[in-house]
Amino acid sequence: MLKTNLTHVLSEKEHSELLNNNESVMICCGRMGPMCIPVYDTMEELENEYKQVKFADMEFDSPDAKVIRNLPECRSFAGLPFTIYYKNGKVVEATSSIQSKEQITEILKKHLSNGKNGKSF
Amino acid sequence: MGKMENHFDVIIIGGGPAGLTAGIYLSRAKLSTLILNEGTIGGQMILTHEIANYPGFESISGYELARNIKSQAQKFGCKIRSNIKITSLDFTQEIKKVIINDEEVFTSYAVIIAMGGRSRTIGAPGEDKFKGKGISYCATCDGDFFQDKEIIVVGGGNSALEEAVSLTKYASKVTIVHQFDHFQALGHYVEEAKNNSKISFIMESEIIEFIGTEKLSSVKIQNQRTGEISEMSIDGVFIFIGYVPNTESLEGIVDLNKWKEIIVDKNLMTNVTGVYAAGDCIPKKFRQITTAVSDGTIAALNAAEFINNFKKQNENFVTS
Repeated sequence: MLKTNLTHVLSEKEHSELLNNNESVMICCGRMGPMCIPVYDTMEELENEYKQVKFADMEFDSPDAKVIRNLPECRSFAGLPFTIYYKNGKVVEATSSIQSKEQITEILKKHLSNGKNGKSF
Repeated sequence: MGKMENHFDVIIIGGGPAGLTAGIYLSRAKLSTLILNEGTIGGQMILTHEIANYPGFESISGYELARNIKSQAQKFGCKIRSNIKITSLDFTQEIKKVIINDEEVFTSYAVIIAMGGRSRTIGAPGEDKFKGKGISYCATCDGDFFQDKEIIVVGGGNSALEEAVSLTKYASKVTIVHQFDHFQALGHYVEEAKNNSKISFIMESEIIEFIGTEKLSSVKIQNQRTGEISEMSIDGVFIFIGYVPNTESLEGIVDLNKWKEIIVDKNLMTNVTGVYAAGDCIPKKFRQITTAVSDGTIAALNAAEFINNFKKQNENFVTS
């Protein structure tokens, strides 16, 4: 299990439940490495600000993480972490490697804003 | 002067080992202390998977060490704000002013700048586009994506040669591209790379363009001596060309040298009274976590002395 304060997705079933139960989801799939940690850190900070988004992580090396590793959106990816943004269960954006807070908030605002929650909207 | 909102005895800009250590010393000395950090707490320390030369720990990850030091600073009362953007610095008055995110104003009697450095990028067209899609700055993170692939390692220092050797565990072929005709790395790193049959060298050359559609597929390489440009098909490029200090925002605020490092005196004070600097953003030969910790300590103790003297001299002036 990743050492973060985010919701941990541990299986394909949990991944599916998370998407079924939440309209807006961001999952960072990685390891405890230098390119991944800053993304987890930013997500932890944004949890309070973007209350309508469910922030979660998933261990890249877990067999069930194939639900992310095998996404067509990740076909060209060759850098951890793989970060996936879902709206109503569908992938709306995916990024590879480290991302800054500005890059992450830009995607959240573009795709996962509902206009009600979160002071940034 | 009345009591100010968001006033601290000292503001530390940067939350790497230097800044966090200063935070421990100053908050433990009962001085109100705020650390403002633009990225993730830990700085470049978190780029290290395993630290085996930090006293007291036979082996610890950079992430864990950063968390420990952060927690230690917070235990003494140090306030920490991370992932913020510093939008204005004003050190022209006795009370120093720092504005973050264009809206929040913080003031203090003293400031310690510990903004550290970051990995240098090549700056060639396509570098941003293919980050994570063929271009990497971390061999231990992304090496396994290049199993049986052909890759380039850019650089000629210790990191570049050490990582080139480690990447031969995955890659079928590693080409080191270096801008000079010799390496800056220590002899044993060079020897190990030269003795590795999977590694070849292109010297006196630089990558001038990264090419591909969805992912990186080739690079243009220019020979620095002849000017000749060639295109090379490649699956991945790992870049290890050193670090640059994060001091762009300090131009005209404190004196910098030609490498954009902050000039300090033996007490680590800058040319501005009450403003100190520590860690990788000051000139030094050895950039280690231990040396950053040492800088943080020295800057903190001098800043504490400065603040206490300032308060004594301005008893009717200082804010609580």
